Order: sequence, then structure tokens, then C-alpha cells
Amino acid sequence: MKIIIPVSNNSENPDIAESLGRASHYMLYDTGTRVSNIIPNPAKDNPSGAGVKAAQTIVDTGAKVLLTIRCGNRAYEVLNGAGIKILSAFLGKAKENIDAYLEGNLLELDTVHEGNHRHGAN
Amino acid sequence: MNWTPSTREIIATGPTEMNIAVLSGKGGTGKTMVSVNLAKVATSSTYIDCDVEEPNGHLYLKPENLIREEVSVLVPRCDPNICNGCRECVRFCRFNALAFSLDRLTVFSDMCHSCGGCSAICPQEAITEHPRMIGYVESGQSGDVCVRTGVMNIGEAAGLPIITRLLQSLSVPKKGITFIDCPPGSSCSVMESIKNTDFCVLVTEPTVFGTHDLDLVVELVSILDKPFGVILNKNIEGELNPSEEYCLKKNIPIIGRIPFDRELSSLCSEARIASEESARFKELFQNVLNNILETAG
Repeated sequence: MKIIIPVSNNSENPDIAESLGRASHYMLYDTGTRVSNIIPNPAKDNPSGAGVKAAQTIVDTGAKVLLTIRCGNRAYEVLNGAGIKILSAFLGKAKENIDAYLEGNLLELDTVHEGNHRHGAN
Repeated sequence: MNWTPSTREIIATGPTEMNIAVLSGKGGTGKTMVSVNLAKVATSSTYIDCDVEEPNGHLYLKPENLIREEVSVLVPRCDPNICNGCRECVRFCRFNALAFSLDRLTVFSDMCHSCGGCSAICPQEAITEHPRMIGYVESGQSGDVCVRTGVMNIGEAAGLPIITRLLQSLSVPKKGITFIDCPPGSSCSVMESIKNTDFCVLVTEPTVFGTHDLDLVVELVSILDKPFGVILNKNIEGELNPSEEYCLKKNIPIIGRIPFDRELSSLCSEARIASEESARFKELFQNVLNNILETAG
């Protein structure tokens, strides 16, 4: 099973990124092989709708679990529609969050913020 | 714009036909107050309120015999029985209004800019376009002034289609001057509002914030190559005015000075039109209008 997590760079041991839609990269961790990959986020500089596009990228990776600090309502709709489980992560290393998840220490994300920060409205 | 004989004579002999936009950058500098007063001192004019997020010119003008027309935009709808999940539409949409998850396409209508690209590009022809109401345009009459107001529904993000509809009337031949009361700021909605104008009136106030945003709209009207002049509102005689200094430094024509005045403020607070209530303000706005026509000429 694949776990995905927004990260702030493409280093070996990156920090989690606070923003889901505008994270520079995502870390994809395969619980079977225990191998992690870093993929870029093509939506990070989009003037609007970054959350939707990022959610599409996440759905397309085939990940079943997302660990994130925040999630907008539109991204949530897309991710939820694809049956992806969204769990509440904490600031720190991506790998610490993966360990916490595997130990069963992360709860489901219970707040979804208003999407569309009106970048490039009109 | 080249007029012969001189513009002063034209005012004296009857109404001229031109489109004048009133904008400011910063909100609350007096765009609407200036627009409605100019519309009233000009003979048989049109006033168009393009501040569709919060139109308030109608509070002053109180138009009657209102006719309302709804404004809709086209948004896509996907037939899941025809869609094969190829995602061409998702890749095409630069506004990220579409996403495909599991077996269905999700459309975020409020992010859609109604370009029609998704339905045109769909290889399966699974996407059709359907109207979605985003607001309305109301037309009415206030004495000699024809009043058009755009109203955007609460919760909508993009009022541009309403502004476009409001300004379609500009192409209709009519008599008199049209005053376009613009939204605050200097973004797309303002650009759309001033696109087909002959002259831009920039209303500012004696604050650093006002001057800062005046600079933004000066840049905008310069890029769009519009003739313009500045009205110094809330002007206090003998006091330092950063907007005035800015105009003098940049050699920008100052076409009017409106005093920071108790009587004017209290008339405005009661949504009364100062030029109709007081000879002093009637003369002031007539002079401003004359200056506009002279500067535009």
C-alpha cells in the first residue's frame, strides 16, 4: 500500500510541507517494499486551483493514505471521491509522520478549510 | 479625441457622447460620490455601476422603472455513461476546475472560467455546457440619468461576465456622457471596466495608502494608453497632500479638488446627491466636468 505526504523539498529526509496544494514535492512510501520516492507537484505555482490539481496528482499515484497538516474543501472532495484516507500529520520530518501512522498514532483529519484563496479570481 | 470647435462650446450647445471611467485603486476614496454627481450635472447621461461585488450608486440615484436581466455563464457537465476517463479535459483546464477520481469527473463550477475548452476537446463528446446564474443587471431611470447596476450573487468569485454584460450597452448609440463607476483595485475587473472608455478619472484622497494605489491605477491607465486626470478628494486647503505632491511630481493633470467638507459628508451619509442639494457643489462638479472635457480634448 502507498502512503503519500506533501514535503518541502526533494532531499532524502525532507520536512513535511504545511500546504497540501503548494507543497514543492510529495513523498510516496510503499509499505510493502519500504521504499520511498519523491515526485514533484506540478500545481505548486498554479495561479488558482492548486489544491484540485494536486489532489488529481495524488489520486493518480494510486496512494491509499494521505498524511497532511491541512486540506482544502475542493481537494478533499477529489481525494474522498477516490477513497483516499486522509490523516492529520504534524510538523516535522515526513518519515516521522510515516512512522507515527504505521504505529497507529495519527487521527483522521477533522477540519477542512475553505478552498479557493481567490488567487487569480476573474 | 479631437473635437472642433472647443469642448467648452460643445458643453454649451448640448451633450456630447463619450465614455468616462471613474476609478481609484484604493476603496473609499469617493468614486461613487464623484460618479453620481458628474452624472447629474451632465445633461441626459448614463451611469453604470461596475462595482458588482458591492454596487451602491443606486442608493444615491434611486432609479425607477427597473428592468432586471439575469446573467449566466456556461459551465460543463459530464455524462458518466459516455465518459471513458481519458482526462483530456482535466489536462486542458488551466483553471483546475476539473478533477477525475475513480470513475467520475468532478466539476468545480465556481472555478470555471467558461472557456468551453473541455467540451470542445472531449474526444467522447461527453461534456455539454449548461447555464449557471451568477448575478443580474438592473436598468432604470433617475430623472435624466439612465442607471445600470450590476449585481453579483453572494458567494460568487468572478464578476467579470456581469461587467461585460453591463458594458455591452456602450456599443449602443446614445446621447450624452456615460459614467462608468469602476470597482476598487487595479485587477481584471477594473481593466474590463475601462477597456472602452475615452477618459479615466482617478479619484484619490490625501493619505499615503491613497497615493500608493493611485500610482497603481496610473500605471494601469498608462499601459492601456487612456487619457486621464486626477480628482483630489477630501482635500484640506493648506495641508500637505501626498497625492497632490505625486501628481505634481509626475506632471499629472489635477482636474478637480473636492474639499473635506462637513456638509458634503453629511449629504453623502444620507445618500443625497450634493450637486442637487447645494449650488456650491453643483458649481464644483460642473467645473470638474468641464475640466474633464477640456483635458480629454
